[in-house]
Amino acid sequence: MTSEKKGWGLSFPFILWSVGFTLIPLAVITRYAFTDPDGGLTLDNVLAMGNRINGQAFLVSLLVAFICTLLCVLLAYPMVMAIRRLNLSSSAFILIFLILPMWMNFILRILAWQMILSDNGILNHFLTILGLPKVFIANTWLAVIIGVTYDYFPYMMLPIYTAVSAIEKDITEAARDLGAGTLGVFTRVIFPLSLPGLFSGITMVFVPSMTSFAVADILGGGKTQLIGNIIEQEFMRSSEMNLGSGLSISLMIFMLITLPVTVGRSGKEEGSRDI
Amino acid sequence: MRDRAVNFITRFYLLLIFLFLYSPIAVLMVLSFNDSRSRVVWGGFTLKWYERMFTSPHITDALVTTLALAFFASLLAVLIGFPASFGICMLRRSGRSVMMTLVNIPLLDADIVTGISMMLFFMRFMELSFSSVLIAHTVFCIPYVILALMPRVEAVDWTPYESALDLGATQPYAFLRMVMPQLYSGIISGFFMSLTMSMDDFAITYFTKGAGVNTLSTMIYGEIRKGIKPELYALSTVIFMAVLILLLAVNVATRKKGGETGEGRAY
Repeated sequence: MTSEKKGWGLSFPFILWSVGFTLIPLAVITRYAFTDPDGGLTLDNVLAMGNRINGQAFLVSLLVAFICTLLCVLLAYPMVMAIRRLNLSSSAFILIFLILPMWMNFILRILAWQMILSDNGILNHFLTILGLPKVFIANTWLAVIIGVTYDYFPYMMLPIYTAVSAIEKDITEAARDLGAGTLGVFTRVIFPLSLPGLFSGITMVFVPSMTSFAVADILGGGKTQLIGNIIEQEFMRSSEMNLGSGLSISLMIFMLITLPVTVGRSGKEEGSRDI
Repeated sequence: MRDRAVNFITRFYLLLIFLFLYSPIAVLMVLSFNDSRSRVVWGGFTLKWYERMFTSPHITDALVTTLALAFFASLLAVLIGFPASFGICMLRRSGRSVMMTLVNIPLLDADIVTGISMMLFFMRFMELSFSSVLIAHTVFCIPYVILALMPRVEAVDWTPYESALDLGATQPYAFLRMVMPQLYSGIISGFFMSLTMSMDDFAITYFTKGAGVNTLSTMIYGEIRKGIKPELYALSTVIFMAVLILLLAVNVATRKKGGETGEGRAY
């Protein structure tokens, strides 16, 4: 038996599972998307993304996702550099640090943010003690952005951290010897070498943050509708299976168009390996 | 001097990130000792929520479902993912990239799309129940197992295995004694990552669960408008502390054993 054949054999249970529970369900949702409740072919459900309410939610989601992804990147790089500078690079410690919050219940974590950010909440309490003016961000898109950024930060941080920690100290020291300053080392050595991690972080954060309906529901007070909220309501409240599927499929199509730009460059396999 | 200042800013920045990640958790922990049902008023210190944690069948049901789901989904994910990570490593380029696409689909897809597509599938071909959630969780856990294991499988040193065969060991015995020990840490990482993702999932469970099946997350989500039972803060605090202690213990134990730094004791 050749190793190629053996390889397929060992992968067989996984292939079976993926075809049965990933690919066929995707085929089912596609079928719903392109038919009306009576079974006739139609494009209306997929094109419904373009109407006023859905289109608006889509644009809001894009904006929220863009800001959250950017915030995650801006928070992650200084942290990775800080870890590198202080020689904390015990990967066990960083992983525990980032993954541990996930063991506090997800919905409770978001509710805790609600308590922190509410008008009479903990944040305003501290601001008052410090003699600063109160901030009123509860039930706004800003609160949603904080919640989503909080939720997805580890997914950005881990791949960037993995990519950066793979860079040998010798390389950065060589750059220094050749005259690069701290900024130069970052922009010309560390950043370019961390790109695969960055791209994989972006793919792990961008699309999910467009659809985190529970976060928008709890922190946005029903005022900020992400496309995820619209899709969820089509299924769970109005039982519009076809319309909901149509919207999901147009979201996927959008994803398929935008993702390869980033995934393609990150070399796929390297990508999300360490998450 | 300048170095010191930079070091100070660096530490301060890490502290800020720590506050950002852990302040909601601190809030929940404090609330679990609050002798008042209110979420904003401090009514004094109490342990009563810890005493009452397991008295509501509602909560214990959800807890058992959550734990059983996480355990069995991770177990299934390892059983399917372990041979697959060997398989994928044996494939040539084209087959390999097809397989990696398959691995990445559940990771890159939005939760909501994964959840809904499976919901529609189950409604058509099975029914929504505990097993449907279990299957769904296994789907998104497998990639974590494969991605944790593949680098370890590629790095396996096969010489001891071949020597064992030369010395007359049977193939399964040599594999078990010479190859498996190199993979335990990878299997544990993958299993632990799966547990974490399963425990933390909300959206996929929300869509694929049958009537009457609830994990802690979906139960809490359903009760937001009624008000959250403080027992749940206590329960979540206990789960969190248990995992923290477990991770620290594992970390200290592997460090004492003097295993290689970093990689070997990923968690």
